[in-house]
Amino acid sequence: MVAKGIYTKRDDGRKFTEVRPMKAKVGIVPSADGSATFETGKTKAIAVVRGPRTLHPQHLQNAQTGILRVNYGMMPFSVEDRIRPGPNRRSEEISKVTEWALSSVVDLSGFPNTVVDVFVQIPQADAGTRVAGINAAALALAHAGIPMKEMVSAIGVGKIDKTLVVDLDKYEDSLFHDGEGSTDIPVVMTSRTKEIALLQLDGKISVDEFKQTIEMAKVACDDILKVQMDALKGVANE
Amino acid sequence: MSKYVIPNLQREKIESYLNNTGMRLDGRKSDEYRELVVEDGVSKNSASAIRVKFGKTEVLAGVHLALATPYPDSPDAGTFMTSAEMHPMASQQFEMGRPGINAIELARVIDRGIRESGFIDMKKLCIKKGEKVYQVFVDIFAINDDGNILDVAGLAAIIALGRARMPIYNEEEDKIDGYSETEGIPLEKEVLSFSMTFHKVGNVIIADVSKEEEVISKFRLTVAMGDNDGKPRITAMQKGKAGTISTEDMETILNLAESKWAKMFPKVKEYVFGK
Repeated sequence: MVAKGIYTKRDDGRKFTEVRPMKAKVGIVPSADGSATFETGKTKAIAVVRGPRTLHPQHLQNAQTGILRVNYGMMPFSVEDRIRPGPNRRSEEISKVTEWALSSVVDLSGFPNTVVDVFVQIPQADAGTRVAGINAAALALAHAGIPMKEMVSAIGVGKIDKTLVVDLDKYEDSLFHDGEGSTDIPVVMTSRTKEIALLQLDGKISVDEFKQTIEMAKVACDDILKVQMDALKGVANE
Repeated sequence: MSKYVIPNLQREKIESYLNNTGMRLDGRKSDEYRELVVEDGVSKNSASAIRVKFGKTEVLAGVHLALATPYPDSPDAGTFMTSAEMHPMASQQFEMGRPGINAIELARVIDRGIRESGFIDMKKLCIKKGEKVYQVFVDIFAINDDGNILDVAGLAAIIALGRARMPIYNEEEDKIDGYSETEGIPLEKEVLSFSMTFHKVGNVIIADVSKEEEVISKFRLTVAMGDNDGKPRITAMQKGKAGTISTEDMETILNLAESKWAKMFPKVKEYVFGK
């Protein structure tokens, strides 16, 4: 990827298509049915799976299938300005888009009337928390032995001024305002069919550039998938 | 929340009709929008208040400006907030009480679109740096939900902002004395963008869904586009629901979005800024 505009070099020396160093581990919460951490650079996510368990209140139950319920949150100390504990509009929306992304691959038809709870928490944030959270959650679901049609991997791609980039950090995501500014596109890809399970976008980008970023996301998701599979096989990838 | 139930028979009828003919039960083509209706004069007591309809889907949107303290990280800029009320009058799905996830998602998608594009010139809404600015509220209220409330509400928000009048600031008493008759709020007209939501029903990508189509669709993708020297440019996207988007579906949606945008943009612009 050749930079055309004013953004020609990344502060941390990464290539524009390069994902920050990743770490993943499963089994971090012993009492849970499944759990995992996923880190990219300074962004850390932990995910815990509990269930399938009977869903209460009863009127929420579905007699045909179990349901997936996701709760995402940032810990109060995860960013410089303390975050008030408890849900807010941002966390509720991210919970829902995460739930949609994971529901597309999870098959709970064998567990009617139950819920599988996924708790995602961010102890330290440096942009890309929803995608790190989804990478951790997918790992935790697999670790819990929940039936899945495919794995999913998530990455933030985007455009900084005129330069297309993979895995935006906080500076690129929220502090860069020069030139054409910053466009941020969280993407979730399924592992086999390479379909899009989550897509959001904010910024300004042409249709052709958008198509290119999706191709970049596909490549990055393959790298992330390797890290996830290694973690599941118990390989330390520090 | 009581669920909107579509009998399996009806679901199959909608899907097979679309798959076989590319047409919808209400007689529309797959990519055909319902008629857009915009009416003024919903309330005289705000900066603007309008009614927007796509067919039977109807929302009201109003703009208010209030005095506020600026955020510490932008002491010379006004502030902005979007709220959406999915009132129980609009659908059997909606209930009283605090906003549910639908209302939250809708308000956040619309809020981001307006905020990130820089449509409102926040710097011009500063009265005294670090002390006093105007806060802009966009309030969306659903009257009747017959599908695609997201696009209707998004249009309502930008049209209401386009028609919003500046408040009259009474410096002595430090309050707002009504709204100007002539002066509009400061807007960056060239960044105007609006959103189009596409759903996959059966094997077909369709635009401007009805309520039934919305309930049975596999996924939805909202694409917001603005003008870049006569060509559409993506300014926001949001995928909803649990289905996945294949490469072919994405291609279809992007092509549809580009052609629909070219057709609708001049009209939307006229609704927002007048002729």
